[in-house]
Amino acid sequence: MPTTNLRKLRTNLNRRKLINSGFAFLGATIIAIAIIILLGLTLKMAFQGAERITPEFFTSFPSRRASRAGILSAWVGTCLVMLVTAMAAIPLGVASGIYLEEYAKKNWLADLIEINVTNLAGVPSIIYGLLALGLFVYELRLGQSILSAGLTLALLILPVVIVTTRESIRAIPNSLREASYALGASKWQTIWDHILPYSFGSILTGVIIGLSRAIGETAPIITIGALTFIAFLPKSPFKSEFPFLSFEWLQAPFTVMPIQMFNWVSRPQAAFEINAAAAGTVLIGMTLGINAIAIFLRYQLRKDIKW
Amino acid sequence: MVINNSHEQITSIPKAEVADLDFYYGSFHALKGINMTLPEHSVTALIGPSGCGKTTFLRCFNRMHDLYPGNRYEGSIWLDKDTNILGRKVDPIEVRMRISMVFQRPNPFPKSIYENVAYGLRVRGENNRRLMDEKIEDALRVSALWDEVKDRLNESAYNLSGGQQQRLCIARALVADPEIVLFDEPTSALDPIATASIEELMSTLKDRVTILIVTHSMQQAARISDHTAFMYLGELIEFGRTKDVFNKPLNQQTEDYISGRIG
Repeated sequence: MPTTNLRKLRTNLNRRKLINSGFAFLGATIIAIAIIILLGLTLKMAFQGAERITPEFFTSFPSRRASRAGILSAWVGTCLVMLVTAMAAIPLGVASGIYLEEYAKKNWLADLIEINVTNLAGVPSIIYGLLALGLFVYELRLGQSILSAGLTLALLILPVVIVTTRESIRAIPNSLREASYALGASKWQTIWDHILPYSFGSILTGVIIGLSRAIGETAPIITIGALTFIAFLPKSPFKSEFPFLSFEWLQAPFTVMPIQMFNWVSRPQAAFEINAAAAGTVLIGMTLGINAIAIFLRYQLRKDIKW
Repeated sequence: MVINNSHEQITSIPKAEVADLDFYYGSFHALKGINMTLPEHSVTALIGPSGCGKTTFLRCFNRMHDLYPGNRYEGSIWLDKDTNILGRKVDPIEVRMRISMVFQRPNPFPKSIYENVAYGLRVRGENNRRLMDEKIEDALRVSALWDEVKDRLNESAYNLSGGQQQRLCIARALVADPEIVLFDEPTSALDPIATASIEELMSTLKDRVTILIVTHSMQQAARISDHTAFMYLGELIEFGRTKDVFNKPLNQQTEDYISGRIG
């Protein structure tokens, strides 16, 4: 190649490499800024609340005196509401996803449902609160209870669960479905023996993402009438006599972590702000905990499954 | 297209008879008026250029097309003269329990070697461990895989090589004693050595089952099949004993394809 051409080629190449590294630098900077801000805010809250995160903080009810107030009713409420949410959203969402993906005929109705489900994921959460107030609290007379709150949040995360279920099912290579059908498996056998086990890890991820969103929701819970100050716990789900399980707690009034925080932040005394920061730190801890479990389970389940 | 009957008559008992078969993908007329017999306990090869409908034809035999919307069959495929595979009242699941299939790419389940073969029995509700062990060993022996895997039946099937995976899929297709096994270009994703071992295996399978195989390679068809059908543009052009079809083709298109002028 003549030297002039070679020089031209190299100038051109250098210019393209410069553009490439310029973009890499820009991206890294933006990510760094985002992470630093996020980390800064979280750490500031954690330091502010650190002094209040003691065992008593978890075992005390809220109180008029900031130094004696705790989050017992809030974290128990959050756990119970999340339990109801998971129990309602997982079977309903996974079953809908499977039906839409494997059974439903692919026609305009299916398309319409798909568009609507996707859009529902973007509806502001307070709208769900209003729907739940009308439906669960007044129409079905479930009251301002843990059951109502759990079902409300279940509605809220249902689209996320349905969409991730469908995506996980779609990710399974068609050759495996055909292998199963070719052996004479029925549709349900194919789903139960193959589709569900192979997509379980990814579905679980979607469920956990949904639950992490639900755990921090305040607006719909306030809308259906959660209490902001509550000094007793729901009845225990376990009892000593047969059948050892009690469902009275479902009807109990309740509060949840974000509402407790909101309540403390709105007080004038500075001491309550420290409580709010401490509760916030615990809430972030809970969310991270759920995500850690999800990552662990997904790793365990996907270890043997690859294609 | 009428089959040219001047080839020496095929004397074996027919396992299946295809009568006036038409197949449509939506409005696309993919198979046109196919008439053919599938001789029992022999290997029949379907050859022809890409897009001629060989795989489409093969997948009619186990009603695979039923899995996708918009597909339509016309005509009939009689199994043992008494069951029309394509009949409206015949359950495709029943057909697939009698006619199994091996695919182009090895597609083992992400389960253990044992469970892969066992699934052919499990779909029928079989749970008797001793009987399953026996049948699975037998299927793996027939598929020439037993000696390589007998000590690691609980390992993932994904640890096997491509050729071993394909033999595992053959074992899976054989375990429940099907009457016909369909092979859809079973060696196209394999190297020559793995291909040779599968071809060898196929000739031993004839005693147990009737084989219908789609192949891209005319050499393969010549090596392993007893009968050959040449398809072109959705029609069956010529059908007869492999040696007749290859040595004295009656049809100009067949001759052009075999001699490499089309395809």
